[in-house]
Amino acid sequence: MSDSKEFGTQNLAGANQALKRSTEPSQITPVAPAQEEIGAPPVPELGTRNIAPPAAREEQRRGHDPVHLSPHTAEGRLPDGHILQGRYRVLGILGVGGMSAVYKVQDMRFPKVTRLCVAKEMLNTATDPQVRAMIERNFEREANILATLSHPGIVQIYDYFSENDRSYLVEEYVDGKDLETVLGETEGFLSEAQVINWALHVCDVLSYLHGHGPRPIIFRDIKPSNIMLDSRGRIRLIDFGIARLFQSGQKGTMIGTEGYSPPEQYRGIAEPRVDVYALGATMHHLLSKQDPRLEPPFSFHERPIHKTNPLVSAELAEIIGRALEYDINKRYGSAEELQRALSSLGSARGMGGTAPFGATSSIGASTSVLAVWRFACEDEIRSSPLVDDSVLYIGSYDNNLYAINAKDGKFLWKYATEGGIGSSPCVHEGRVFVGSSDKVLYAITAESGRLAWTCPTQGAIWSSPTAAFGHIFFGSDDRHLYAANFHSGRIAWSFETEGKLRSSPAVGEEAIYMGCEGGVVYAVDTSGQARWRFRARRAVTSSPALTGEMAYVGCQDWFIYGLDIRSGWPVWRYRANGPFVASAVTVGKFVYIGSTDNQMYALDTDTGRLVWRYAAEGQITSSAAVTDEAIYFGCVDGAIYSLDAQTGALRWRFQTEGPVTSSPAIAEGLVYIGSSDRYVYALPL
Amino acid sequence: MQFLRNLLGRDKVAQPTTDEEQPAAVAADRSTLMVGWATDVGEVRGHNEDSVFVVTSVLDGDESLPSFGLFALADGMGGHQAGEVASSLAARAVTHYITREFYLPILVRDERDTSQPSLREVLIDAVRAANDIVADRVPGGGTTLTCALVFGPRAYIAHVGDSRAYVVNEAGELEQITHDHSLVDRLVELGQLTRDEAAVHPQKNVLYRAVGQGGTLEVDTYVRTISKGEMLLLCSDGLWGMVDEAEIATIVTTSPTLQEACEKLVVAANKAGGRDNITAILVAPPMV
Repeated sequence: MSDSKEFGTQNLAGANQALKRSTEPSQITPVAPAQEEIGAPPVPELGTRNIAPPAAREEQRRGHDPVHLSPHTAEGRLPDGHILQGRYRVLGILGVGGMSAVYKVQDMRFPKVTRLCVAKEMLNTATDPQVRAMIERNFEREANILATLSHPGIVQIYDYFSENDRSYLVEEYVDGKDLETVLGETEGFLSEAQVINWALHVCDVLSYLHGHGPRPIIFRDIKPSNIMLDSRGRIRLIDFGIARLFQSGQKGTMIGTEGYSPPEQYRGIAEPRVDVYALGATMHHLLSKQDPRLEPPFSFHERPIHKTNPLVSAELAEIIGRALEYDINKRYGSAEELQRALSSLGSARGMGGTAPFGATSSIGASTSVLAVWRFACEDEIRSSPLVDDSVLYIGSYDNNLYAINAKDGKFLWKYATEGGIGSSPCVHEGRVFVGSSDKVLYAITAESGRLAWTCPTQGAIWSSPTAAFGHIFFGSDDRHLYAANFHSGRIAWSFETEGKLRSSPAVGEEAIYMGCEGGVVYAVDTSGQARWRFRARRAVTSSPALTGEMAYVGCQDWFIYGLDIRSGWPVWRYRANGPFVASAVTVGKFVYIGSTDNQMYALDTDTGRLVWRYAAEGQITSSAAVTDEAIYFGCVDGAIYSLDAQTGALRWRFQTEGPVTSSPAIAEGLVYIGSSDRYVYALPL
Repeated sequence: MQFLRNLLGRDKVAQPTTDEEQPAAVAADRSTLMVGWATDVGEVRGHNEDSVFVVTSVLDGDESLPSFGLFALADGMGGHQAGEVASSLAARAVTHYITREFYLPILVRDERDTSQPSLREVLIDAVRAANDIVADRVPGGGTTLTCALVFGPRAYIAHVGDSRAYVVNEAGELEQITHDHSLVDRLVELGQLTRDEAAVHPQKNVLYRAVGQGGTLEVDTYVRTISKGEMLLLCSDGLWGMVDEAEIATIVTTSPTLQEACEKLVVAANKAGGRDNITAILVAPPMV
């Protein structure tokens, strides 16, 4: 059954929770010099944790036990009142593990007082007599080493012996609670100063163990349940695991606690930095209240403490992060080093927490940039520029469509419509197309700015046109999607929707996709027939972003939907804290979309999971422009932002004099955007 | 320029596409989903703890629906028959949930709306439903669960554990879609173990996530278009742990049918030792 699948962390946690004091095996290991350990083959005792039900475990246990001699009950426990070695009277059981048990005992050698001890019992299950003898010898050797240790943070070892196939270690009884219990009883969070204080003491114990001669002693199992807080509030490390000696070769059992152990421990490496990591993991657990045994292994860096506990300081989080480096060489080199780092913190000196995370994270390395040029229109600019062949086209509320030299911002021509322009232009084969609030779509020659044709509708045109397959597709407030012939402006067909069309049509391989103010997203095929409809709860003002597989649509119902492009079936949805008006943009594995909740979101295209988000200082109705490295967008706070596309970190921010609802265009190594302060800006990337 | 003809002529006739090259394993009938599957106890174990559930459906005619397929593969764990009970329960529960929440509604409704949960939510909730049932009825038992909903050419995959979903491409390469929720896989990701070391690591069977563990289960989801010439392969570790990827790909691309390919995969795993139960499901979506 060695190949049978077994649970890892989950059952482990369950088992621990059931125990007052864990007997999970841990170890004390006098190690050979580190060089010899590196590259050693995985140690056999790193087996899998057995999830066999208790009954099965007992079967195993009894199988190796000479029944006629054993004082143990059917459950394999020593009965209360039983006396070990004629000296230790069993008062009760403190905990059980797979192959071990921990009893509270009274030392009868001191008859006039109640001297309490802990007797840890380990079952020798080896069947081969030589192996059994070897295990016993190793046990005695390690017990002797333990007995020589003397530190106020370590439980004292008094005695050891073997009887009835079991070996026993008698230790000092600590009246108190382990930190796992303390954490479980804490409402809210443990204070930073408290956790640092405990950690400083654990560092002290570790320094003592690691400095042990002739060989360092590696605890190998630092975790909250192995750290006792005695009745006087002092820290004591308990459960010096000798148990591993009895578990080698036990298939289906495992040593070391998943969740707190560093990666290299699974390669059989035991050296001081193993304990540094485990202490980091313990602090992470104590501060974040996230049990690492319930999380994917080695996921600390994906679960920063401040995400669950915003009170923790960035400085402490950084120290814990370094203790938790998966690469052993990036970690603190010793417990002393970690101790020094911790003592340097203000909160370690009783000054309380320092700056919480939120306060520092928004102060990034933000820089400003200077505009390469700017161009003044006569009224607000709310639509987006388009750059084609070194010419920038943009419409303004002053009724004009402007053509500007993209390199230097020089005026080339303008064309006056009879209403404000809120639609963004498109260019195709030497013609510029733009809609106007005067209800007309205009086709203008790109070179001279002369009118080619017009296509009147029954409503204002805020939707931006799209050119594809010899046709111009655009929506109107008269609730229709139009397909107009590119050459003549003749309407090939129109498609009636349930609301005003403010969103711009997106053209895919097989259909045209757009949303309407009536809250429906449509896929319309090339003959003007609906392929599918998706009904959202509120208006759909944002335009769909397409990949070959999906259409991403933001909606005023606060959701962005990832729709299957063929069926319209929602594959995922993500909820912001306010309506979406801006359109989504997709590049690589990310969908970028801003919300009126002031945040720019980067989501995973396949799952809709949040990758990062960035809080601007005003609503975001501008859609992002994206390069490999950066994304650019405007904000109602008047600024234009550039963020790192992968991380969402602020690159720069450029302040204009009015809200920016225009979406940027990238061309010629510059980013172009309009503002309601009437200017078009050209900014460096 | 079908697009233009449609645009100008309102031509609504669906054009069957013509496919020149077909990989050998794909049969001639491309309007439906092609499926093969096999499961085997292996050479060492006393019983088969893997479970497999296959559903396919076709609605053809003037108003057709994309072809639909639902595939669940579960590899159970836990003693005293808990493994096979857990895997069977999980496969049934996930299929039941997805059918009820996704497939039955689309049979009677052509408009999508927000009252329908998203497909990703359906998949995640289906696996969580399986998790609840297994935790409730099979204490001490657990199972992996890899489930693929194939709708037209798209595969939506929900996954927990260390069974795997692969895409086999035309060139005979295997692309692993899912990530194993195993301790050793995490160690490999961190560069602490090589793939070869992971394969023989004493803790290679330790999962950190499995259906039946109770609580709110984290479920991975993936979306993948199965392009022309590609196939979806779901398999348990009894296959991928015994037969290397190159050999799997060769068997899949050289077998005349998907069914035969699955049977040959089982034979290959047994030949390599068959140390665990072996299950494989192969799916080729329609080529329209």
